[in-house]
Amino acid sequence: MSILVIAEHDNNEIKGSTLNTVTAASKIGGDVSVLVAGSESSSAAEQASKIAGISSVIHVDDPIYKNFLAEDLGNLVASIAEGFNYILAPATTFGKNFLPRVAAKLDVQQISDIISVEDADTFKRPIYAGSCIATVKSNDSVKVITVRTTAFDASPMTDSSVTVNTGDVVDSLNNANFVSDEIAESDRPELTAAEVIVSGGRALGSSENFKIIEALADKLGAAVGASRAAVDAGYVPNDYQVGQTGKIVAPTLYIAIGISGAIQHLAGMKDSKVIVAINKDEDAPIFQVADYGLVGDLFEAVPELTDSV
Amino acid sequence: MKILVPVKRVVDYNVKVRPLSDNSNVDLNNVKMSVNPFCEIAVEEAVRLKESGQATEVVVVTVGGDESQEQLRACLALGADRAILAQSEGLLEPLAIAKVLTKIVESENPNLVILGKQAIDGDNNQTGQMLAAMLDMPQATFASELKIEGDNAVVTREIDGGLQTISVNLPAIVTTDLRLNEPRYASLPNIMQAKKKDLSIQNVSDLGIDVSDRTSILSVELPPTREAGVMVDSVEELVDKLKNEAKVIT
Repeated sequence: MSILVIAEHDNNEIKGSTLNTVTAASKIGGDVSVLVAGSESSSAAEQASKIAGISSVIHVDDPIYKNFLAEDLGNLVASIAEGFNYILAPATTFGKNFLPRVAAKLDVQQISDIISVEDADTFKRPIYAGSCIATVKSNDSVKVITVRTTAFDASPMTDSSVTVNTGDVVDSLNNANFVSDEIAESDRPELTAAEVIVSGGRALGSSENFKIIEALADKLGAAVGASRAAVDAGYVPNDYQVGQTGKIVAPTLYIAIGISGAIQHLAGMKDSKVIVAINKDEDAPIFQVADYGLVGDLFEAVPELTDSV
Repeated sequence: MKILVPVKRVVDYNVKVRPLSDNSNVDLNNVKMSVNPFCEIAVEEAVRLKESGQATEVVVVTVGGDESQEQLRACLALGADRAILAQSEGLLEPLAIAKVLTKIVESENPNLVILGKQAIDGDNNQTGQMLAAMLDMPQATFASELKIEGDNAVVTREIDGGLQTISVNLPAIVTTDLRLNEPRYASLPNIMQAKKKDLSIQNVSDLGIDVSDRTSILSVELPPTREAGVMVDSVEELVDKLKNEAKVIT
């Protein structure tokens, strides 16, 4: 079996999602190659060569891959795919964006968002916002798969490195252009990689009040998350959203404050190790998944908690 | 500018879906069906482009059984001009749906195709991207803002770290994220009027494409449940539990 993992990176460093995807590849078993496609991305390729459990890195470096636009990245991966039995990418907005293009080019039904590898053809994946788990068997000769990163541990890095081979650029379709990025700058850990997350919901009432969430997060060295309701109300930016259509997280400790616990939110955090819920409504569904629940006024409880941790 | 909006009939957003007792699939007996919420956002965006004079026609299409006419009528009531049902035997997988849509795009020649980023049943998030690849068209997925500027669509996309803006040449494929717009409710006069709008039916079997399933569902189960937690009476007790019982803070 030979497996191709498409690395997510920023042209400089490999992102953690790549390491989780390599672990999923190792569970399938076989020769794992990692593709690093980018622009001025040698340091990312070098870093990729030190991921444990892989046998080689393919590095394709060209300005057309600088912003990872799906059109050119999809065609590149489809051109490299021959000879591989599996093509894996993380189920992040990076992987979700281009991998279905690869599947379409190869005439393969992609398996999205796998949470476990049962055998060489069979995988588990959540459906209906995680209300059910489907066991799905792929009958395609090549498997094209996105991996839910929280379901697999990160593959460690080693001191030794594997061979880095240079791959060929595929002509650009020249039909899409990058304009700009608005990437939030923060000193806090990234939401999907954080050990502790403090999330706030609509009950916060305003972006001003959200500062009590941030204060608790900073005291714990945590990332800040939010429910869709809080994002839609404009209290925090969209990239804070945890849930079915936002980020899927599984930290060691998840503290949900003023979040009722709609199934779409639970879908994004219920695999956290320890869940704490603080809510004034004792019937809130969030308490059904919480390890520790506190019924009370968040404007009293949260500052008190911040002072005592 | 002509806009094509593919939509999907799915279990209503508010229904709690459970597996069948034999775990062979999900239980869809007697559950309420609706237009996929992301598809409603796509219809709304297309209708707004028409209302602002930037689009001339909005065509909705779905791939499904006869019962999907109900969802097409709902989209016509939201302001789409006409509808196409590509009638299939059973539910198709995203790859097959994208193949059917490719045929529809080739015959309708829209300048823009707007779809939901995912359907809330399979949560696959594939069809728009597959359609774009099959047509070698550019794509702008997870859109939270869409502007037509000459021969381009300028789209702000929701990505993991924040927002990204790209410009794609038309014709292009756009998939919608939640914050693109808030869909309207259909008014009673519009619901009545929608009954008179044109709805044409094509048979998928006449299109000459392979729509066979590539995957099989072996079982569907409930996710593992979390063990019941405990309620604490005070912040002090909570901190004590987190430190000494769960040992997740120091």
